Order: sequence, then C-alpha cells, then structure tokens
Amino acid sequence: MNNNIVIKVDQLHKVYGSTVAVDAVSFEVRAGEIFGMVGPNGAGKTTTAECLEGLRDPDGGAIQVFGMSPQKDGHALRERIGVQLQTSALQERLKVWEALDLFGSFYPRPVEREQLLEQMGLTEKRDAKFGKLSGGQKQRLFIALALINDPDLVFLDELTTGLDPQARHAMWDMVRGIRDKGKTVFLTTHFMEEAERLCDRVAIIDRGKIVALDSPESLIRRLSADNRVVFTVEGKFDPQPFLQLPNVTRVEPNGEKVVVHGKTNQVVVDVVTMLVSNGYRFRDLRTEQPNLEDVFMALTGHEMMD
Amino acid sequence: MRSLWKMTLVEMKLFLREPAAAFFTLFFPLMVLLIFGSIYGNAPTPFFGGYGSVDVSVPAYTAMIIGSSGLIGLTVAMSMYRERGILRRLRATPLHPLTILSANVIVNFLMTALGMLFLIFVGKMVYGLRFAGDPLSVIAAFTLSSLSFLALGFVLAGVTPTARTAQVLGMVLFYPMLFLSGATVPLEVLPPKMQQYVLVLPMTHVVKLLRGVWIGESWSQHWTEVGVLTAMLVIGVAISAKTFRWE
Ligand SMILES: Nc1ncnc2c1ncn2[C@@H]1O[C@H](COP(=O)(O)OP(=O)(O)OP(=O)(O)O)[C@@H](O)[C@H]1O
Ligand SMILES: [Mg+2]
Repeated sequence: MNNNIVIKVDQLHKVYGSTVAVDAVSFEVRAGEIFGMVGPNGAGKTTTAECLEGLRDPDGGAIQVFGMSPQKDGHALRERIGVQLQTSALQERLKVWEALDLFGSFYPRPVEREQLLEQMGLTEKRDAKFGKLSGGQKQRLFIALALINDPDLVFLDELTTGLDPQARHAMWDMVRGIRDKGKTVFLTTHFMEEAERLCDRVAIIDRGKIVALDSPESLIRRLSADNRVVFTVEGKFDPQPFLQLPNVTRVEPNGEKVVVHGKTNQVVVDVVTMLVSNGYRFRDLRTEQPNLEDVFMALTGHEMMD
Repeated sequence: MRSLWKMTLVEMKLFLREPAAAFFTLFFPLMVLLIFGSIYGNAPTPFFGGYGSVDVSVPAYTAMIIGSSGLIGLTVAMSMYRERGILRRLRATPLHPLTILSANVIVNFLMTALGMLFLIFVGKMVYGLRFAGDPLSVIAAFTLSSLSFLALGFVLAGVTPTARTAQVLGMVLFYPMLFLSGATVPLEVLPPKMQQYVLVLPMTHVVKLLRGVWIGESWSQHWTEVGVLTAMLVIGVAISAKTFRWE
C-alpha cells in the first residue's frame, strides 16, 4: 500500500433490509488532504464514514485505513483516528471538562485539555453539564473529543450542522488548521458551499453511488457552465443589444430582474458597459459563478434537497 | 487501567448527581428503617428467633437495595446509554467494552454497599442493632448477591429494545419481589404455603442468605441460596455477553 494513501475503499456495499445505502463505492484518501463526501440526505455518507470507522460492518467490498481493516483491527486503528459522529450523546450530567478528561484517558498521549477547550471556544463552558449545552456547543465539544488524541486522521460527519455562520467559518478555519499540521480529514456534508470552500477533493454521492470525484475547482471547470450576471433594471429593458455581445449565450428578462448568461468573466465588463452606454438605470448587480450545486444538478438531474 | 479508573470516577459522580438513583439506594431504605423502627422498636422476640425487628430488617433492606440497583438502576442506565448514543460514541474510541461494563458494576456495587453501611450505622446508633455473624461471610454473601443481581440487570438491558421497556420490565420484576421476597414484609408473616412459593423469586434467596449469615448461620445451611445466586450470576454473565448491543 502506498504511504500516501490513508484510506482505500474498494467496491464498498452496504444494505439495510431492502435499502441499498452504499452501492459499489470506491475511492482513496491521500495523506494530508481534506477529503469531503457531499450529497443529499440519505445518500450514504454516514454509512460510508461509519464503515471506515469500524462502527458498521460492510456487506461487501474492501476497506483499508492506514493499511488496517477497521472491522478486524478496530482497536489499533481507533488509537490513531478521531471521530465526530453525526448522532451521539454524552451523559446529561457530565461536565465539559470531565468529558475531555474521560476521553483523554482512553489514549496514551492526550492533548492538553484546557488548550483544546480554548481552541473550541468552550473555556467558559468547561464546568457546564452536557445536557445544558446548546446544540452548537455540543457540536464543538464533540469535535474537541475527536481531537483529544491528536489523531492522524479525523472523521467529521456533518461538522457544521447546528452552528451559526460565524461558528461555521471558525470551524472551517479549524479544519484547515488540522490539515496544515499534516493530518488527514475525512468529512461529510450536505452543504455544497462547505465542500467547495473547505475540501481539497470532493466525492459527490447520490443514492449510494459516487457520481463524481475531483477537486471542487476541476469539477466546476469541467462542467463548463455559464457565468451569470444578475441585475435589476428600471424601466423597459430590451435584450437584443445584449444578445449581440460576443460572450453572451442567453438573456433572461424577468420583469425588472435580468439574468445574462455568458462564457467568460469578460461578460461582466461587456454587460456593464452596454448598460451604461444605453443609459439604463440599474442596481443590485452581481455575478454568479457556477458552483458545486450546479455540478450536482448537471450530474444527477435533480436538485439537492434543502 | 487508567481509563477504568476515570470511567469509574465519572460514573460515581454521575450516580451522585442523579437524585433518584442516590435517593433509592442510599436514603429510602434508611427512611423505611426509621419509620418501622419507630413503630416496632428492636426488642428481641421469639417471632424472629430471639432477634428484634431492626435486626432482621437491616439484611432484608440490604436485599431491597441489591434488587433495585440491579433491576432498575443498572438496567435503566445501560439501556439509556445505548438508546441515547452514548455507547456509540464510546465505541469509536479504543476503550474496551468491558471497561464500560466494569465501571458500571463497580459503581453500583459500591453504592449498594454504601446503602447497606448507612443501614448498619443508623441501626447500630438508633436501635442497638445486633450482629452475630462473621463480617467476612456477610461481605461474601453481599458480594455474591449484588453481582448476581447486576448480572440480571445486564440481561434485562440486553434483551429490551428501549430504555422505556427496560425500566418497565425492571419494575415489573422488582415490585412484586419487594413485597413477597421478605425484603420488606418479613417472610415469617407469609402463610407457610406462600413461603414455599416465593422461593421462585431470586430476591427471596438474597434475603434468606443475608439474614442467615447476619445471625451467624453456617454456609452449609444456605447452599440452596448460594447455588441459585451463583447460577444466576454465571448464566446472567453468559447471556449478557451474547445480548450486549452497542446501539
Ligand atoms: N441503521 C439503519 N437502519 C436502516 N436503514 C438505515 C440505517 N442507517 C441508514 N439507513 C438508510 O441508509 C441510507 C443512507 O443513510 P445515511 O445515514 O448513510 O445517509 P447520509 O448520506 O448520511 O444522510 P444525511 O445527510 O441525512 O446524514 C438511508 O436511506 C437511510 O434511511
Ligand atoms: Mg449522515
């Protein structure tokens, strides 16, 4: 096994009764990258992650994590990984510091507790009981617990669910920090934006199957979708002169709101110039680049729910 | 070893932070002792073979604590840990499942023992409790009884689908025993036929064994109780090893 490959999954299969949760999924995760699995609810992300963590037994396929089988060498493996589960809990009356103290005792070399509390913004809550924490605070505690053993590989299943936007951005920085220390991150999310901004490589999964796997930039570039210029115009709008512009492919007037589709970034300059030279009064102009959401739509033919 | 120590310490704190569990294990039996002690006193009577009401109640109430820790306390705690996903989270660490089980056994065992010590202390201070046995025998009988009921608790937690059903099942088993096993109502009060029937209740054997060793009866007079409780322990451990589920 290549030293640079941390996780190797080959034809992973998992069924629950008549539901095929994971269907012939294969991928590799390289050392030092943030690898994301993104897809809608029920796509099979958690199932895949938990097979890798050794919490579920696959029905078929082969998994290697650090060259070990999560199902057979679970004990040795769990010393080297950190896990944040999508659903789990602690005892209601367990205090934050006690949770870290307890989990630290499971590993040979736990990290410094107070520093970790600080890093997760939980210092003020160190004496609070788990049951009294808000959803986002619980989430931060679980992430702290996932890092308590200074793991080489961290699994984060829906890490920013329940966090406010500010905490979400802080969490992204934190995850980048983990990678910058040379560790590997496997995360799942159903936020396309999160996958796009955070992950080095993304596997898009839908209905148990991987439909695309690459860096977010390559996935978007390969889509070669239009850039869009969106603006609100006052008075009557005539699409004709805009359609004459070399890079414009489509114009969608929709009452006052207009969307112009075009091939390159040049289209923005062209559209603004045209608006000004024709004396239009316009406002709220912005551009929309194609994103992972568009990639998902193009590949699956349906929208991500929620 | 460090994780077992930490886990036990944490479980101990959690036990003491849980008012219901601490109340039923540590204070409720004391209350009952004081109420009935104030009614019946502890004068020796031929009805109890020359002992007083408090003298027979202390080992009997100990059986009650053993029963409630095993059938309700441990059962509810373990099924709750499973249902709420606490076991799932622990499973994602290198912790051995036996550590979790051991910590819970140790804490429930120690708390049950503490409940018994409270009874002995108050019985001695307030009612001049009499003791004619060998302390080591009492400790041995207590340990066997407590462990076999904790094993039963693990079986209940293992076979019930939810924490709710575990709790109901634990209570359905516990309450009849509370009144029929001699733990609260002395066995002597029951009609002779009934005294035979209640031998099917495991707690009756705890009461008979503890009351026996308390007044210095020899182990050979109690081989039935020892046999029943040992069998319960062995079978209980075997079944719970098979039925243990993380989620
Ligand atoms: N324990 C289980 N028993 C039965 N079916 C399950 C179980 N866990 C998951 N499933 C089913 O397997 C499929 C995949 O579920 P999974 O939790 O892996 O999805 P997910 O991608 O993590 O979704 P989400 O974004 O909602 O977390 C779903 O159809 C789900 O209903
Ligand atoms: Mg999930």
